[in-house]
Amino acid sequence: MILLQQLIELFLPQMQFMLLFSRQGKLRLQKWYVPLSDKERKKISRDLVQTILARKPKMCSFLEWRDLKIVYKRYASLYFCCAVEDQDNELITLEIIHRYVELLDKYFGSVCELDIIFNFEKAYFILDEFLLGGEAQETSKKNVLKAIEQADLLQEVRAVFFIGR
Amino acid sequence: MTELSKDLLGLKGYYLVDAWAQSGHCADYRTASPASKMEHMVHSSLIPAFPENCHGTVIKTHRDHNRPSIKSLSHISSLDPPLHSGKSKEAEIKRINKELANIRSKFKGDKALDGYSKKKYVCKLLFIFLLGHDIDFGHMEAVNLLSSNKYTEKQIIQVLMPFIICDEQEMLSKQNNVDSGSLFQEGYLFISVLVNSNSELIRLINNAIKNDLSSRNPTFMCLALHCIANVGSREMAEAFASEIPRILVAGDTMDSVKQSAALCLLRLYKTSPDLVLMGEWTSRVVHLLNDQHMGVVTAAISLITCLSQKNPDEFKTCVSLAVSRLSRPGQEASCSSGSPPKLTGFADIELKIVSSASTDLQDYTYYFVPAPWLSCKLLRLLQCYPPPEDGAVKGRLVECLETILNKAQEPPKSKKVQHSNAKNAILFEAISLIIHYDSEPNLLVRACNQLGQFLQHRETNLRYLALESMCTLASSEFSHEAVKTHIETVINALKTERDVSVRQRAADLLYAMCDRSNAKQIVAEMLSYLETADYSIREEMVLKVAILAEKYAVDYSWYVDTILNLIRIAGDYVSEEVWYRVIQIVINRDDVQGYAAKTVFEALQAPACHENMVKVGGYILGEFGNLIAGDPRSSPLVQFNLLHSKFHLCSVPTRALLLSAYIKFINLFPETKATIQEVLRCDSQIRNSDVELQQRAVEYLKLSSIASTDVLATVLEEMPPFPERESSILAKLKKKKGPGAVSVTELEDNKREGGELNGGSDRGPDTAAMAASNASTPSPSADLLGIRSAAPIGAAPTSAGSLLVDVFSEAGPAAPSAAVNDDGFLSSAPPSEDPAAPLPEADELLNKFVCKNNGVLFENQLLQIGIKSEYRQNLGRMYLFYGNKTSVQFASFTTTSDSSRQEGPAVPLLHTAWMEQPLTEGAAQSCQSVL
Repeated sequence: MILLQQLIELFLPQMQFMLLFSRQGKLRLQKWYVPLSDKERKKISRDLVQTILARKPKMCSFLEWRDLKIVYKRYASLYFCCAVEDQDNELITLEIIHRYVELLDKYFGSVCELDIIFNFEKAYFILDEFLLGGEAQETSKKNVLKAIEQADLLQEVRAVFFIGR
Repeated sequence: MTELSKDLLGLKGYYLVDAWAQSGHCADYRTASPASKMEHMVHSSLIPAFPENCHGTVIKTHRDHNRPSIKSLSHISSLDPPLHSGKSKEAEIKRINKELANIRSKFKGDKALDGYSKKKYVCKLLFIFLLGHDIDFGHMEAVNLLSSNKYTEKQIIQVLMPFIICDEQEMLSKQNNVDSGSLFQEGYLFISVLVNSNSELIRLINNAIKNDLSSRNPTFMCLALHCIANVGSREMAEAFASEIPRILVAGDTMDSVKQSAALCLLRLYKTSPDLVLMGEWTSRVVHLLNDQHMGVVTAAISLITCLSQKNPDEFKTCVSLAVSRLSRPGQEASCSSGSPPKLTGFADIELKIVSSASTDLQDYTYYFVPAPWLSCKLLRLLQCYPPPEDGAVKGRLVECLETILNKAQEPPKSKKVQHSNAKNAILFEAISLIIHYDSEPNLLVRACNQLGQFLQHRETNLRYLALESMCTLASSEFSHEAVKTHIETVINALKTERDVSVRQRAADLLYAMCDRSNAKQIVAEMLSYLETADYSIREEMVLKVAILAEKYAVDYSWYVDTILNLIRIAGDYVSEEVWYRVIQIVINRDDVQGYAAKTVFEALQAPACHENMVKVGGYILGEFGNLIAGDPRSSPLVQFNLLHSKFHLCSVPTRALLLSAYIKFINLFPETKATIQEVLRCDSQIRNSDVELQQRAVEYLKLSSIASTDVLATVLEEMPPFPERESSILAKLKKKKGPGAVSVTELEDNKREGGELNGGSDRGPDTAAMAASNASTPSPSADLLGIRSAAPIGAAPTSAGSLLVDVFSEAGPAAPSAAVNDDGFLSSAPPSEDPAAPLPEADELLNKFVCKNNGVLFENQLLQIGIKSEYRQNLGRMYLFYGNKTSVQFASFTTTSDSSRQEGPAVPLLHTAWMEQPLTEGAAQSCQSVL
């Protein structure tokens, strides 16, 4: 973990990574804001998923894990989990998660795990519009959805074009 | 999109079943029909009740046609049987390989694929990659998509890019053995492309991004910027670091693009700060804080915060801007008259922040909290700087902070947890800032009271954060007392909290708020908590208790009690440092020695006691057993029997320590000599399979039988006081928690900064062993100085002695290999290496010649005598070096060799040769060799 520590000192991002995983421990979405090798990513997500799944429902949403602070919240069958730096604001991170879930919810309309499985690329686009490089880019729900809508519009045209052909 | 979904369905459906097969629901998986299972997953919505107050246009959802119909998944039930029995891995691989072969043939096929098909197959590849399988082809197709001018095809690459990110070290190490095929095996799609900057592909990617950046289409520009930020590699920085600042500050850039550009630049700055040169842009970037668009401000603050951490001076102006941005409209209006005109416009925005009238602002209001992210980021930015010097700015800021504290008292505008979270997020950030400034006693105390309320909040999260923040508050001189008033609540939290991480915070806080006045209470509480504490935090708790007990010990008998209790309650978690420390303290304090001996004697009477207790007991009774020997209940023999009753249950190091204690008993109480010799003589000691134990037994036995009482008394003298230094426990806790974590314990400042203390006291027994062997091992050098040894001295034993010497030099502490030098041994030996070394007597200096053939024999202010000896069979040669430490000449300097005082066969001095030098000059050395 020395490497991770060095990288964190080097990069100082607000958020180190974000993981979505199911109650069964399956990773549904992962976004890394620090460069890590594939092997390390796998190890981190495995360890973390185990740690979080072992926690009881009424426990607090924050935990110290290695040198990081993990903020997580469970929505139905999905766990949303962010790793932030030790001195970062945990509550606002918790609300970042919530805002992201709201965005997904608004976009998919009552989002569920399957939406994220089948439209994982959309989930990534929405995340990119909301958070960039681990920092909140646009916190207005309206504006994020507007951007996604515009992108979709371009895409719909293409789709219609292909279907028509 | 819909079509694509269906295309991917085969794989995705597989994925889904995999998840089910691996879940704990195997039983009902077999019984339930596939359709009902899908139903279950489909309808478990993430947000059960959709929040009412969501603004913005409702997007026509793709729900109906995006959601896979249950029918289309029905083929899952016809999948291989092994899947159901849990052997899903092989089945998955089989399926994937089939799919890969299909895609490969499509890419390689003669027929040119249209954009949509390309996208479809790249997407499939990506999906397989995401499942954790290696992809070894398809990268060129992916890049082709990127250079396509169709949005939908570009977009998919955006997802791909993050998976390319790889730390540069790894890339460099790969660079050496890169050949385009093998790297893909590692699963790093595109990595070789990015490694080799001459590659065609990197050029293509960069070109595509460049085109998009200059396209003036905000959606394309954003996409390109996201891509750069997501990849964030050095190559990207090299290509675009100069371009992005221009986009960021250009007047005609769209707001959404500015936001992306700001964060993209931040990412590149973090990757390669040398390539992002802000110089000319600095002031314009800072003024993004004034931007009309809240989103731009939110994004820009992150960039400014990071930049000002690196160059605080250049970005100093951001402080007043941030304060204005934060402050309420009332103050703003009165102050803005003196401010530059551009601030006035932005004061209007501020007006909007609080009144929440504007619809524009409503977008940034989160559950009735205006712009929580923006506020938190502003407060975080201010934490990069000291309190503002300008009185007006500071006044406004203080007022702001007071407003935030006031707002915390207002009744909540919504019952939703999101509302209180957002509100409290700002509050906690404000408290961090107050703690950072540490100059406003009033605010600090108010913050502390606010946190005190949270301590009893029903939200676990808030209790956790309150405990955490209070920990830092406790270290401020202004709020320390205020924190202390909450002691009962915190103790209660320690006892009743159900979540271990919260209990841990409570323990941390107790540690931080401890001082002389409440140490006894806190230590008692922590001790009682230890009995039930979680295993994961016990060791840290033990260290903390040990530190507090030492730091705030009013009387040392309390300290000894506490530590012994600690060992009794959590012996397994008491590290070496803790019991070393108690011994150091007992040895250094005369007043507590008798008490310690008595207590430890009583503690040892428990039928089962921890090995660490035996260690402490053995050491202390060995040193100070005589202080309680007057009492018939703890007569020497009782003490010995008590110790020896534990002997067989202990590990080797403890047994070794006990043996040393026994030999000390012989010295302290001659009446126990027979008993102890009996014990040492028995086969289990003297023929113990462990070399160390056997050696100690043999030597101690010999020592006790042949050495005179004088020698014994000298050898087994009471341990000298340990030099004062930083508590080893504190050092350990620091190491455990990392630097800064113990910063709350400022009181240690008066302690001398010591190096890593490697347990001075554990050398104690070894020292005794050393000294013992000195007396028992015949050594010519000892004779020269006239120490009476009963052992016969001869040429042959000498060689035997030097054999033993070799063994010792491994077993005992390695004495510093001080050659004869003018500095002298005492100063050249690091004090922490061997606590026994700094003994003033020449006798003690002699001890080390058991282990070595050369060193300093004698030293005072005037003279230093060094010795160097070598032995070959029955011959020995010894050089004596005389060093004149003064700056003047010795007038008459003579040496005499006297072998007459030796008992046993005299060693004939065959030859004495002087290597006569003008030796007696100042600071000179001379050499005498004796054969």
